[in-house]
Amino acid sequence: MNQSSLSGMWRAMVSRDLTLAMRRRADVLTTLFFFIIVVSLFPLGVSPEMELLRSIAPGVIWVAALLASMLSLGRLFSDDFQDGTLEQMLLLPQPLSVLVLAKVFAHWLVSGLPLVLLSPLLGMQLGLDSDGIVLMMVTLLLGTPVLSLIGAVGAALTLGVRGGGVLVSLLVLPLYIPVLIFGTGAVDAATSGMDYEGHLSLLGAFLVLSVVLTPLGTAAALRISVE
Amino acid sequence: MVSENAIAWYHFSSPKNFYPLAGRLIPWFWGLAVILLVVGLYMSFFVAPTDYKQGESYRIIFVHVPAAWMSMFIYLVMAAYAIIGLTWKLRMAEMMASALAPTGAMFTFLALWTGAFWGKPTWGAYWVWDARLTSELILLFLYIGYMSLQSAIDDPRRAARASALLAIVGVINLPVIYWSVKWWNTLHQGASVSPTMAPKMASIMITTMLVMTFAFWMYTIAVVLMRARRVILERERQTSWVMEMVNADPQAEMKK
Amino acid sequence: MSDFFAMGGHGFFIWMSFGVTALFMVIEVIAVKRSRQTVLKQLLRLARADLRKAQS
Repeated sequence: MNQSSLSGMWRAMVSRDLTLAMRRRADVLTTLFFFIIVVSLFPLGVSPEMELLRSIAPGVIWVAALLASMLSLGRLFSDDFQDGTLEQMLLLPQPLSVLVLAKVFAHWLVSGLPLVLLSPLLGMQLGLDSDGIVLMMVTLLLGTPVLSLIGAVGAALTLGVRGGGVLVSLLVLPLYIPVLIFGTGAVDAATSGMDYEGHLSLLGAFLVLSVVLTPLGTAAALRISVE
Repeated sequence: MVSENAIAWYHFSSPKNFYPLAGRLIPWFWGLAVILLVVGLYMSFFVAPTDYKQGESYRIIFVHVPAAWMSMFIYLVMAAYAIIGLTWKLRMAEMMASALAPTGAMFTFLALWTGAFWGKPTWGAYWVWDARLTSELILLFLYIGYMSLQSAIDDPRRAARASALLAIVGVINLPVIYWSVKWWNTLHQGASVSPTMAPKMASIMITTMLVMTFAFWMYTIAVVLMRARRVILERERQTSWVMEMVNADPQAEMKK
Repeated sequence: MSDFFAMGGHGFFIWMSFGVTALFMVIEVIAVKRSRQTVLKQLLRLARADLRKAQS
């Protein structure tokens, strides 16, 4: 189990999961349209007044992103669990947490990254200025991987549990709160001309911490669920 | 001495030995809880003087603050049992963690409820997005997540271990959540709640709060031990000692 | 006496706080006792069923 076999394994895992995801493009698009629809409902529900929309835009986009990333979590491990691949993964000589990280990365590429790329459009819809839009993208880029990483723990814990989809949101949404606070805080600070570097470094710190810690938690949760 | 203690801990970490021990301890903790509650309530209403700014309504803090403290303390203890249960595969620790959760959730709810009834006369609204109340609300969500995960999984062994892991994840996140909420609150200049008291009154008020906290603490131990005994019966129903105990004297077991 | 319950006009808030706290604590104890008895009853039924099986 040398270094090259580990990174080879990693790459194989990512490309396998991406291929599988590309075969089911509809799933990826569903999440994306959900994100767009939720954000578009706000002007209809609140008011079409641009001033008001601009002030709630960061919160609306971020909350919609939290819910959208929640939707796709169920698929993270369930297919592998059903066809027995997961049990094989537990037996591999490579550390499970590294494989988990590869899976979460692949999952983020198809569920988190599209949200980041789409966010400027929604930002414009809600009247954010260019600074706000750029910052929105940066915070989502730093924040959505954290959502996928934390969500993976919840997905692993609720594997094969009845009503798992709703349950996972109950477990994971409270843990998303710090990301939500600093994600929206950075955009708010930028649009009101204040300093936002602190927010970004904190989001970066959350990302580093969750890259290090959550794969261990997810691996432990998978062992509990599959045993 | 150390080894004797270790043997005692090992002895009582088995459900079979823990069950009768808990049964013997419960009345003592009930006694302590009742005495402390009587003293604490007497101090709350008759000893602690009227606050010159808030009038009588400040007396609500004598249940609000102890309930909030207990809600956080119980989560920490629950996570500690969860860690012990997962690392040493101790069933009794897992069962204690699940026995603690409902009481912790109850105190969290009570902290929110009494906070609302303190808030109305103090700030004119039942709910404000104050940092402490918001954190308490998030703590309630964490408790609810823990209990829902446990009840959603049918296999009791997996339910206990999965929820134990969730409690550990929660306790790692709790400080981050708390500081984020605090920061968010100062940024938006929300209402900040600090029970401001005149300095000379502070000491009797703090003593009353401490007495009430100890009363809630003893109550928690008593009720959690009772619930742990039920959890033991449920999870150990296949074992011979449970069957023997039930058959030996069914009526006596019922009454306890 | 009624002065005591009025609590300087804040009686409603105070008694809603203390009262509901007391109520919840009492309900919790009763609920735990009840659920333990239900479990014990189930266990007794199981034990009796086993006994009958053994006799027949």
